[in-house]
Amino acid sequence: MAITTVRISSARLRSPFVAQVQKISGQKLLACYQCGKCSAGCPMAAYMDILPNQIIRLAQLGMQERLMASSAIWACVSCMTCNSRCPKDVRIAEVIESLRDMALRDGRRHDHLNIREVSQATLGVLPPIAMISAMRKLTS
Amino acid sequence: MASESKPMKLIYYPGCTLKNHARNFDVSTVSSMAELDVEVEELARWNCCGTVHALASNDVMHRVAPVTNLVRVKEANASEFMTSCAMCYNTLKRANIDVKKRADALDTINKFMYLDEIKYEGDVAVLHLLEYLRDRVGFDKMAAKVKKPLTGLKVACYYGCLLVRPKEVAFDDVENPTVMENLITALGGTPVPFAQKTECCGAYHTVGNPEIIADRTGKIMGSAHEEQADLVVVSCPLCAFNLDFRQADAKRANPDFHHLPVLYFTQLMAVAFGCDESALRFDLHHIDPKPVLAGRGLA
Repeated sequence: MAITTVRISSARLRSPFVAQVQKISGQKLLACYQCGKCSAGCPMAAYMDILPNQIIRLAQLGMQERLMASSAIWACVSCMTCNSRCPKDVRIAEVIESLRDMALRDGRRHDHLNIREVSQATLGVLPPIAMISAMRKLTS
Repeated sequence: MASESKPMKLIYYPGCTLKNHARNFDVSTVSSMAELDVEVEELARWNCCGTVHALASNDVMHRVAPVTNLVRVKEANASEFMTSCAMCYNTLKRANIDVKKRADALDTINKFMYLDEIKYEGDVAVLHLLEYLRDRVGFDKMAAKVKKPLTGLKVACYYGCLLVRPKEVAFDDVENPTVMENLITALGGTPVPFAQKTECCGAYHTVGNPEIIADRTGKIMGSAHEEQADLVVVSCPLCAFNLDFRQADAKRANPDFHHLPVLYFTQLMAVAFGCDESALRFDLHHIDPKPVLAGRGLA
């Protein structure tokens, strides 16, 4: 991860974005004390630009732009390994889904799957549950 | 209460993929249950399970599909039903848990489904086939029904995510489940230790990012091969597709990759119970299981 300057302000901590993440996810972000166990066990960590514990930290700090621009929120497949291992019972997968939902619900169709780019040969062999779950998670 | 001679009756929810790409899972489930004197009755008017559980705390819309199925179970005068698909099980069970906790959401769904006379009141139990076999049929009884024991067959049991996570839906240990290993032992086979058994296969990334699945498949199947497994058994049609079909990509990425067949646990039940080939549908597999089974005198 590239070194970036992070400016923290009380306005960001109390921003509508933080409140929205907490509301949609049903999670209290400040419960996380950054042990990193979620990232240690994440099967998708290798394909993420920022790690699950970093997603929680950035959410605590209200870093909306950085989070919404990350590829990591789209790499997560809600396998729930992080949730089942979190010592503070923070549901990290729910937080990540809230970020995806905010991107997909804002009316600008920030889809992260273009079905037209998938070859006909692939579409012919994919089982229905693959198609439906991908569309549900990655498209508005 | 069913008498001893009368077969047990069980409502069965197949789900979409078992009627399409995973017909081998469907026919092996029904055939092997018949051998266990359990009459499975396919749920009338079943619809999509919902496929993935929406995680937003305020979600109601995506609970409608699973709850509709639970109403259909009540229409069949049943209070429980079984599914063998891990994905359907997970989605149906999580929706059931969720609407039981959220009276307002359930009320909205019941009002939305105003054409259905029966309302859902959280009164249907969702069972996975493995749970049913362990707790209702019993592995002892299953062992007694074995005609062709899986002697010498080394099996890596892959649970993936959906049978064990989140912990609310798990019917076994979350980190080290053993129900499938115990089933394989009852069928006369030899389960091998398998470090990757609850590691995610990458799921729906198979649509847009197949290279992730190739990587995951390489790791998971590679681990099974290191344990000298003859094959891997699964309970999820998406895991089955990824671990079977994406082996070609895994091999391209790593020439040392060793192909292994991927079977549904119900197919090994059908083999052990002596069901004929129509109950196995090995023609639907990308990596043919027959040579490995023939090597153990099972095909």
